[in-house]
Amino acid sequence: MESNILLGHGSGGKLSHNLIKDLFVKYFDNPILKQQTDSALLNIDSNNIAFTTDSYIVDPIFFPGGNIGKLAVCGTVNDLAVSGAIPKYLSVSFIIEEGFSFKELETIVSSMAKEAKRAGILIVTGDTKVVNKGQCDKLFINTSGIGIIEEKYKSISTGEKIKSGDKIIINGTIADHGMAIMAARNFGNFKTDIKSDCASLNHLIKEILNTNCLVKFMRDATRGGIATILCELTENNNIGIEIDESKVAVSENVRGMCELLGFDPFYVANEGKIILLLPDEEVDKVMAVMKQNEFGKDSVVIGEVVDNHNGKAVLKTEIGGKRIIDMLADEQLPRIC
Amino acid sequence: MKYIDEFRDKEIVFKLLEKISSLTKKEIFLMEVCGGHTWAIQKFGIPSLLPNNIKLLSGPGCPVCVTSKKFIDQAIAYSRLKDVIITTFGDLIRVPGSTSSLNLEKSRGADIRIVYSILDALQIANENPSKKIIFLGIGFETTAPSSAVGILNAASKRLTNFFLFSSHKIMPPAMAALIDEGVTINGYLAPGHVSTITGSHIYDDIPAKYGVGCVISGFEPTDILQSIYMLVKQVVGNKFSVEIQYKRVVKPEGNIKAQEIMKEVFRLRDDWWRGLGTIKNSGLCVNEKFSNFDAEKMIQVYVEETKEETGCICGEILKGLKTPPQCKLFATVCTTSNPVGACMVSHEGACNAYYRFNK
Repeated sequence: MESNILLGHGSGGKLSHNLIKDLFVKYFDNPILKQQTDSALLNIDSNNIAFTTDSYIVDPIFFPGGNIGKLAVCGTVNDLAVSGAIPKYLSVSFIIEEGFSFKELETIVSSMAKEAKRAGILIVTGDTKVVNKGQCDKLFINTSGIGIIEEKYKSISTGEKIKSGDKIIINGTIADHGMAIMAARNFGNFKTDIKSDCASLNHLIKEILNTNCLVKFMRDATRGGIATILCELTENNNIGIEIDESKVAVSENVRGMCELLGFDPFYVANEGKIILLLPDEEVDKVMAVMKQNEFGKDSVVIGEVVDNHNGKAVLKTEIGGKRIIDMLADEQLPRIC
Repeated sequence: MKYIDEFRDKEIVFKLLEKISSLTKKEIFLMEVCGGHTWAIQKFGIPSLLPNNIKLLSGPGCPVCVTSKKFIDQAIAYSRLKDVIITTFGDLIRVPGSTSSLNLEKSRGADIRIVYSILDALQIANENPSKKIIFLGIGFETTAPSSAVGILNAASKRLTNFFLFSSHKIMPPAMAALIDEGVTINGYLAPGHVSTITGSHIYDDIPAKYGVGCVISGFEPTDILQSIYMLVKQVVGNKFSVEIQYKRVVKPEGNIKAQEIMKEVFRLRDDWWRGLGTIKNSGLCVNEKFSNFDAEKMIQVYVEETKEETGCICGEILKGLKTPPQCKLFATVCTTSNPVGACMVSHEGACNAYYRFNK
């Protein structure tokens, strides 16, 4: 096998054939993919399907805590899981820049296979395109996913059952992924051991749903951070929420880096965090289950739904003041001075 | 986190608030000059905690906000030149010029790169000998020394393709100009980072000439509240002076080395401030000795006629005469995603901070 990806690997000819056989089929190994039919032929025993897609572009493609491949599996698995669905099948499309290292591609594919196994899903179909040098940045990945969802969970993604008094929970520290990427870009020459929180959360979510408690809303707080989710939540459902800043955990390293750069961790990306809304009386039961899971052990109640200031997320600041949480118009930028 | 949490201690915050309340019920107008203070005040929700008689006004200390539209227009004109790479702090690229913005030019193919320090720009100059690299120098005494260091480095490396387009400004003349204009200010919360460089004496004229106190403040909530307390105490006692609250960083004499570097590289000139107009000796341009690195001298470019936007009251907001919600464009036409005036662009801008934290 060549040491670099050539245009021919995307041509549909022998090189493509070998790439599929010796890399993708080898690692993603499952009977559906092995059939190598034009479409993956699936037996799904449900009329209720959740379907999602996402494209992954990250610089650098390898970062502490993961790589673009792991991210592409976790991200799509999480999008399905937070909707209340059980993720089943994924498609994967690679857009590769000519000259990309075959070894690096193999590392990425192998971690995708590992993450898929951990999440309990199958990668059943895919595509590869190779573009001329400079036409993409190393590697772009798109994954789409299918999950099955029970009728009773359909209100989770819309949040239509949210009521005043519901509690808002998050499953751990925020802003780890975004700052890990920043540090990996050598931004500001930081030497840190910050790791991305990139993880598939479907097992944690399954355990939460298995408590039979009424989950009112769930979403993963990725780009835009938890602030963006909280704003969307209040706007879309015309509810008011109040968040207690002192309850929101940020690890010391992440906080230090944010402070130095003038970043607000509320707006920094996560890849393994969910915002969860529950009726007050079911919080203890669900939290007890969450704390048993490695991705939920630091779960904490950070706020609640209130019956004033509808449409607005209000933050009780760490010094006891109050202010609005708003969506960012653009990327966060380090302060000038 | 050590050295942060101590300065955000809720108990101390509430003690300070009590002390401020106990001083007077009289209405007092304090201006936070620095955009960094505006941002911190809003971020921590300080206005929601202060007694109603203490009014905070946002001042002209946001680098992006006071930069003239003409400067943006000229930067846009430079970016359209084929052999030019523009290097800039990120905020600036979203500021609307008369008919375009750097962001728009970037999408049309101009080579505009966001950097985090002038040293990154020097690196780009090193790597691109056939291009002219222009760094857009904005900001006050806080960022001017680093621009000066950039030029000294460029000179010692004998770079011939590196240029500074300076819109650097200094703070005290603008603070005096505001009082001259008749804006009601009972005390200035003066920028701590400026005085880290300049020391505290640059404000000596303000209490002496105008009977307005200055407290040089840090940026944490207890810093800000302690500074407010010190200012209110000055007003109540009718004794005005320059005091340093931010003692852990600011020395009365400042950073002598940085001052010397600034003096070597820059000289004062009259400069135009958005909202305040031309203020005598308030801007910094590159000294003759370093004119080889001065974009204005070395790179000729046609700049379109600058058109001011209508309806935007950034000027009055920068003077503390009006607050963002008093602008008819605020949160309707002018939002953080579609800023009309510069005050809505920078996160240090009064409109941006008000929009994000209070709207």
